[in-house]
Amino acid sequence: MAIRRILIANRGEIAVRIIRTCRLLGIETVLAASIADRDSMAARLADRCVCIGPARPGESYLKIDTVVHAALAVAADAIHPGYGFLSERAALAKLCEEEGVIFIGPTAAQIDAVGDKLRARAEAEAANVPVVPGGAVSSSAEALALAVRIGAPFLVKAVGGGGGRGMKRVDRLEDLPEALSLASTEAGAAFGDARVYLERYVERGRHIEVQVLGDGAGRVIHLGERDCSVQRRYQKIIEETPAPGLSASLRTRLHEAAVRFSNRLSYRGAGTVEFLVDTARDEFYFLEMNARIQVEHPVTEAVTGIDLIAEQIRIAAGDGLTLQQADIRIEGAAIECRVNAEDPTQDFRPSPGLVRHAQWPDGEGIRVDTHIETGSRVPPFYDSLLAKVIVHGADRAAALSRLRSAMTHTQIEGIHTNLRFQSEILANADFAQGGVDTGFLARLLESPSRPHAETTRG
Amino acid sequence: MSLSAKDVSEIMRLVEESTFDELLLEIEGVTLHLRRGGGHSAPVEPAAPREAKRPSPAPADSAPPSPAPVVRAAPAGDPNATPVKAPLLGTFYRAPKPGAPPYVEVGTAVEPETIIGIIEVMKLMNTVRAGTTGTVREILAKDGVLVEFDDTLMTIAEAK
Repeated sequence: MAIRRILIANRGEIAVRIIRTCRLLGIETVLAASIADRDSMAARLADRCVCIGPARPGESYLKIDTVVHAALAVAADAIHPGYGFLSERAALAKLCEEEGVIFIGPTAAQIDAVGDKLRARAEAEAANVPVVPGGAVSSSAEALALAVRIGAPFLVKAVGGGGGRGMKRVDRLEDLPEALSLASTEAGAAFGDARVYLERYVERGRHIEVQVLGDGAGRVIHLGERDCSVQRRYQKIIEETPAPGLSASLRTRLHEAAVRFSNRLSYRGAGTVEFLVDTARDEFYFLEMNARIQVEHPVTEAVTGIDLIAEQIRIAAGDGLTLQQADIRIEGAAIECRVNAEDPTQDFRPSPGLVRHAQWPDGEGIRVDTHIETGSRVPPFYDSLLAKVIVHGADRAAALSRLRSAMTHTQIEGIHTNLRFQSEILANADFAQGGVDTGFLARLLESPSRPHAETTRG
Repeated sequence: MSLSAKDVSEIMRLVEESTFDELLLEIEGVTLHLRRGGGHSAPVEPAAPREAKRPSPAPADSAPPSPAPVVRAAPAGDPNATPVKAPLLGTFYRAPKPGAPPYVEVGTAVEPETIIGIIEVMKLMNTVRAGTTGTVREILAKDGVLVEFDDTLMTIAEAK
C-alpha cells in the first residue's frame, strides 16, 4: 500500500528528521504534538500539526488511543513513532494492525519478542548468538546457585528494562539477596513487570551495536556497526562508525551475529542489535535489540549514504528491501556528538528555557540534526537532546579533527549545554586513540586533573 | 413570528448563491441551521464514526487526498464569554446519538455539570461539561469532526 501521508507521533529533532525525508519522498506529514510543542520547529515544518494533549507525555505522546484516533481522523496511511515514547510499545503496533494503519516499524510480535529481555536472551541463544553468562532467577536460592556458577561482580536486570534502566550492580555474593528483592520491587513499579535476571558484570566492555534492515519476509542485511561506548550512566554521548580498533574477524562475527538474530525473528524494518564487546578476550555478548530507529542512526547514514528513514518507510509500504548486502559500502568514518540542554557543573541537571542564540556549524562533511534555533524554547517535560552534530571524514582522524572544529563553531546561549564537556572529551588522548570502554567517561569525570572551569552559561 | 417553509427555501436559495458555507439563524426561539455540501453534517454511526472520515480507497495513481479540514476554532473575542475547551483530542459530537437532539443549543442555560457534548477517542465516549454557569453563546466545534486538545468547543455567557 502506498504511503501518502504519515502521522509523526514524536517531537524534537527526530520529528524534524522524519519530516525532511518525507519531503524528499513527496509524503505529507501530520505532526501529533503536545500543547508545549505547538510552536516547535517540527510543528512549523509539518504540513499539519494536531494538538494531542497537555505537555506531560503521559497525557499526550504516550496515549496510544489518541495517537491512533488522530491518525485515522486526518486520514494518515501510516504512523512513524520515532524513538522513545511509543516506538517500542507492542500495543501501538497491534492497534495499528487492527485499524488498518501502517505502523512504521516491526510487528507487534517482534516488539514483544525483543522487549522481554529474557525472551530476547533465549532467542539469541537459539540463534547461536553468545549471551552474557547468567539467566532468569525466581528465588534467592536459585539466584545464589547461579551467582556462584558465574562469579561476581553481577548485574541484576529488570526483564522489562533496557537502555540502562532497571539495572543494579552487585559486587559481593552476600549482597545479592537484598539487591534482588529491591530490584524486583523497583522493576514492578517502573515497568509493571517484577521479573529480574542475573548476568555477569563485564568490567571492561565496549558497547558496539549493529544496524540491520529486514524485509519481514526472511531477508536481513546489516549496515555495519556503531561504537557507543562513550556513555554517562548508560546514556550515550558520542557515537561513531566504524568501531575503532576491531579485528576484521571480530567485526565480521558481530555483523553476522546481528543478522542471525534478526533473521530468527524474520525482522521487519530498521533495528539495532546491541553487543557488549570484550576486546581483550576478542569476545562479544548479545545485550538487547532495539526495535526502532535510533538516535545515533546518522553516523551509519554518513558512511553508507543510505537514508534509513526512507528505508523504514519503503519497507513499511510493502516495497521490501530494495538493497542487497553487496550494495552496502562503508566509506570513511563518522562521529556524532549529542548536544544536550544540561549543566555538567551541576551533575548534568537538565537546563530547559529560552535559547537566546543558537549557531550550528556547517560545511563539508558536517550535518546537524536539530529542532533548536534562536528563540526556541526547550520545554522541561522531555529529554534534553538539542541537536546531534555529525561529521564524516575520509578516516577517523579526519572526522575527529572536523568534529573538534565543528564543536568550537557551535554556540548556544540562554541555557546550559554540554558543549564544553563534549569538546573536552574530543580533546582527550584516550578518545583520540579510539576504542575506549564504557567506563571511560566515569573515569574522566572522576579524574582529579580535570578542570572545574565550566561555570559560564553557553 | 415564525419561519414558513417558503421563508426557509428562500433563505436556502440566498445561502446557495452566497459565498458562505454555513448559516445559523435564530429568531425568537426558532433556530435554523443550514450547511452547504452536507459532507460533515450527516449524523454518523457512533460505532464507527471515524470510518466516515476515512477516504475511500483511491486508485494508486491518484493524487494524495487533501488533508482533512482543520477545525481550529477561533477563540471567542467576547471577554464576557467563557470558552469551553476540548479536554482531549477526538471526534466531537453534539448529541448522545445520531438523530437525537443536541445536548445544548445556542441560548441553552447551563450549569457547571451540564453535559455540552461528547468527545470520542477510539470508540470511548468522554463527556464534556460546561464547567460554568450561564447560557451557551456560540458553538464553534462542528458535530462529528475532529477537535484537538485545547480547541474552543463553545462559549458560555456567564450568568450575572
